[in-house]
Amino acid sequence: MSVNPDLAGRSYPATSPYLVGREKVREFARAVLSADPTSHDVEAARAAGFDDVVAPPTFAVVVQEHALAQLLADDDAGIDFSRVVHGDQRFSFTRPIVAGDELTATLTVVSVKTLAGNSMVTADTVVTDPSGAHVVTATSTLVVRGEA
Amino acid sequence: MSPRFGELTVGDVVAEATLDLSRDSLVRYAGASGDFNPIHYRDDVAASVGLPGVLAHGMLTMGAAVQPVVEWAGGAAHVVDYQVRFTRPVVVDPATGARLEVSAKVGALDAEKATARIDLTVRYDEATVLGKAQVVVSLESDAS
Repeated sequence: MSVNPDLAGRSYPATSPYLVGREKVREFARAVLSADPTSHDVEAARAAGFDDVVAPPTFAVVVQEHALAQLLADDDAGIDFSRVVHGDQRFSFTRPIVAGDELTATLTVVSVKTLAGNSMVTADTVVTDPSGAHVVTATSTLVVRGEA
Repeated sequence: MSPRFGELTVGDVVAEATLDLSRDSLVRYAGASGDFNPIHYRDDVAASVGLPGVLAHGMLTMGAAVQPVVEWAGGAAHVVDYQVRFTRPVVVDPATGARLEVSAKVGALDAEKATARIDLTVRYDEATVLGKAQVVVSLESDAS
């Protein structure tokens, strides 16, 4: 199996809505060693101007994951998951994710590059709220190691 | 008390921290994130694919490394952009874990947007594990 060189530009359907739970945010915050009061304490989050606890920046990966799963499951994309290494990751926010948000993710493959026998697949996952407003774009580069 | 934009100078170290990861941390992160790749908790699977040991999730390293900046900036909502390159794996010993040293320094300032680019250096076992680790934070401008 090798990565389809014509993958760039391909988009996948929007994922079904992900409801951000307060306890999920707290659980994730503990897991990334966060001591940020706005991620744990509803009163601290409200004092900072939010309706509920604020997710740590990298929580967006949980929503992105549902979109990436579509790409990895697409046989025509030709990505062998057992050969995938996470190369780069970026999150660009319009606003933070807050408990109570209902988020959908839409993934588009930006580029496929080949370097030294490996393929580098870069994908943008655009995360939006129910009104369609942008929340965050998560960009991942997956390095698919070549079969030597 | 959040830092103010006007107080910052390029090159200032704004946060330093030591982060201790254990196998417990990896199991906790697997559950919280939904990433159950067994290379992050099974020595036999890690060995079978040629790894030197069980590795921390790259996203755990990324997620934990930004926390000293989050706390300095006054909360997660101040982070408007965060990127890293995963350059070296973090092997987590079953008994002694892995210790990460994080240093966060002002890399650039944008007066118009009142944002600071904070550059992270994350070291494990005397070498850096993240490349181009940059956090853009929005800060209170001096006018407010």
